[in-house]
Amino acid sequence: MTFIRRSFIASTLAAVLGAASLGAAAQDQFIVVASTTSTEQSGLFGHLLPVFEKKTGIKVRVVAVGTGQALDQGRRGDADVVFVHDKPAEEKFVADGFGGPRLEVMYNDFVLVGPKVDPAKAGGKDILEGLKKIEAAKAAFVSRADKSGTHAAEVRYWRAAGLEIDKVKGSWYRETGSGMGPALNTASSMDAYILADRGTWLSFKNRANLDIVVQGDTRLFNQYGVMLVNPARHPHVKKDLGQAFIDWLVSAEGQQTIAAYKIGGEQLFFPNAKR
Amino acid sequence: MNWIGESLHGAVALATAGDARLWAIIFLSLQVSLTAVALAAVAGCLAGAAVAVGRFPGRRLAIVLLNAAMGLPPVVVGLVVYLLLSRAGPLGSMGLLFTPGAMVIAQFLLIAPIIAALSRQVIEDAWREYEEQLRSLGVSGLGAALTLIWDTRFSLVTVLLAGLGRAMAEVGAVMIVGGNIDGVTRVMTTAIALETSKGDLPLALALGLILLAIVLGLNGLAYAVREWSVRRYG
Amino acid sequence: MAESDELVRLIGLQFEGRGHRALDGIDTVLPRKRVAILGPNGAGKSVLLRVMHGLLKPSAGVVAWAHVNTHAPRVAMVFQRPVLLRRSVEDNVIYALRQSARHRHEPAARLRDRAQLALAGVGLAHLSGRPGRVLSGGEQQRVALARAWSLEPDVLLLDEPTASLDPGATRAVEGIIHEIAASGVAIVLVTHHRGIAKRFAEHIVFMDRGRIAEESVAPQFFSAPASEPARAYLEGDLA
Repeated sequence: MTFIRRSFIASTLAAVLGAASLGAAAQDQFIVVASTTSTEQSGLFGHLLPVFEKKTGIKVRVVAVGTGQALDQGRRGDADVVFVHDKPAEEKFVADGFGGPRLEVMYNDFVLVGPKVDPAKAGGKDILEGLKKIEAAKAAFVSRADKSGTHAAEVRYWRAAGLEIDKVKGSWYRETGSGMGPALNTASSMDAYILADRGTWLSFKNRANLDIVVQGDTRLFNQYGVMLVNPARHPHVKKDLGQAFIDWLVSAEGQQTIAAYKIGGEQLFFPNAKR
Repeated sequence: MNWIGESLHGAVALATAGDARLWAIIFLSLQVSLTAVALAAVAGCLAGAAVAVGRFPGRRLAIVLLNAAMGLPPVVVGLVVYLLLSRAGPLGSMGLLFTPGAMVIAQFLLIAPIIAALSRQVIEDAWREYEEQLRSLGVSGLGAALTLIWDTRFSLVTVLLAGLGRAMAEVGAVMIVGGNIDGVTRVMTTAIALETSKGDLPLALALGLILLAIVLGLNGLAYAVREWSVRRYG
Repeated sequence: MAESDELVRLIGLQFEGRGHRALDGIDTVLPRKRVAILGPNGAGKSVLLRVMHGLLKPSAGVVAWAHVNTHAPRVAMVFQRPVLLRRSVEDNVIYALRQSARHRHEPAARLRDRAQLALAGVGLAHLSGRPGRVLSGGEQQRVALARAWSLEPDVLLLDEPTASLDPGATRAVEGIIHEIAASGVAIVLVTHHRGIAKRFAEHIVFMDRGRIAEESVAPQFFSAPASEPARAYLEGDLA
């Protein structure tokens, strides 16, 4: 029946037209930044972006996903700027020509979170010792297992502790494949250990019996880097606006704004851009 | 239980506080879902009527496919729309990814099959009653389809509500194609998912209660209109 | 039969549906008179009417309508259960008019006048603004008759038009049918109710098990039925 086809074409057209008008509703100056759940959910962007927008008039649209997915959005050209925390993956992204150069912006740190009673006796200042004890006790451990920056770091720590997690993992090692918040919810409901970034942990409200078990190890530092997506590869990338955002992040004002963000008097991110 | 009370209290406090950001999120939710429902209503009812009235080879297969498509997983639809609208995808040049328009498209694809399949059933039942009379008057094809759509309009309202419910409640697809961008593509469901991620379960539940109240209100309104119309028009 | 007295030729009509032969060789020439097709339930009367109207395709045979002046006759049909659309009574009639090639292009005001005229003819002009579906069964059937009448048909086929109605509504509908016939429209009425046939018809076709068992002028049929099934039917054994 031809009229079915015609009506489908008409409605599809209408959908696209309607969608286009919805898309154009906010057609002022904006960039899309692919970033991580840790920066979004810790509230850093809510603190940072109004200052930047007020100064430049550029609106920043943050799509908060895991580092792996954020880099993938950059590769596909779906973002103008990528702002993540997984140095090896970022360097590969730059080396493959998807964007760059990579600029270091700030760091925060990871903390090992676990039940207050610490059944594996993992507490202390040494992340590698802590992990070894958890493995030895076969204490419940939640892994994000989502190729995020935090997940990548976790795998690196296991390896540094002399444990190949793929070989030693058992039923005690729970892979959730979810973001930081959902993984924390899982850990708090099953009294498990979990590696978390401090920002998300501080703003996380459903802690139940969990508390920080290991912190302060310099190996737990978590470096954030920012990159412009390669405009030569994706011509629609808003090169100037994106670069303006990156420049501001590493500027004195941007760095001070990052340092000023606190939850409960505690500073979450430590600016360390090289200038 | 304490947390229910806390959430209820939170919901009332949120709704009455007149928080501009909350209202913007509610408004966007309604705008996206109602647009998707409107578009899906046109396409779905026409497709449903065509399958109900038409006699063509593969009709049974079309019915099975329509019914099966009601169960499309939102995440899969979201992923497909994402890959289509991504800059690296075939429709990337339109720049629709991470806009409300992308969310409309995803919801449209989710609910058009629901509206088509359910309206097919409604219209086919009516066609059984009307067929001889309409054919006697020389009505067939598109004319019959449009007449039946109009004559089953009160039942189709319920069908559209089923579509609207699914659209308003859906989170997987809009999260992927919208990106849950604050102030741009954050809707009720993605806001709830975000607050859940932050571990702020009472706030998440409070938002959920507000969403529930909105859906309840829309359904109540539609039900009242339908009841009144049925009494008025038979 | 003279050419102008001829309404339709039914030639070798057969109809099979669901393994059942509903029409088993119908051969006759119906006159341009008030015709009633009478017979027990399941005799094939309604199927024959639908085949004549083109709603059902016969498995074999031909329906050949005699031309009126130079054109093929316009045929309208009214069913046992009226199907009104979910719109006003008047709009139900106007809807039918808009489907006909003759009236489609007339201005809206003209169509409304026609609808009003037809509704006045069935005594329902005062209900023209009411939604069709909230009327009583008898009123709905009268609207259906007005709808068919408004199309200015040459032939009106009626399939058990009073079978679903109470006695009062039956009388009203019968009265309207007589009026339509008096206005010069040829009518073929299918009924299993001998009283209605007796009051209405000049010409009787009696069907039994998919065949015409007997066909004659009405007074003769009712006073001296020639066939065994018709006799049994009139005596009430076959109803």
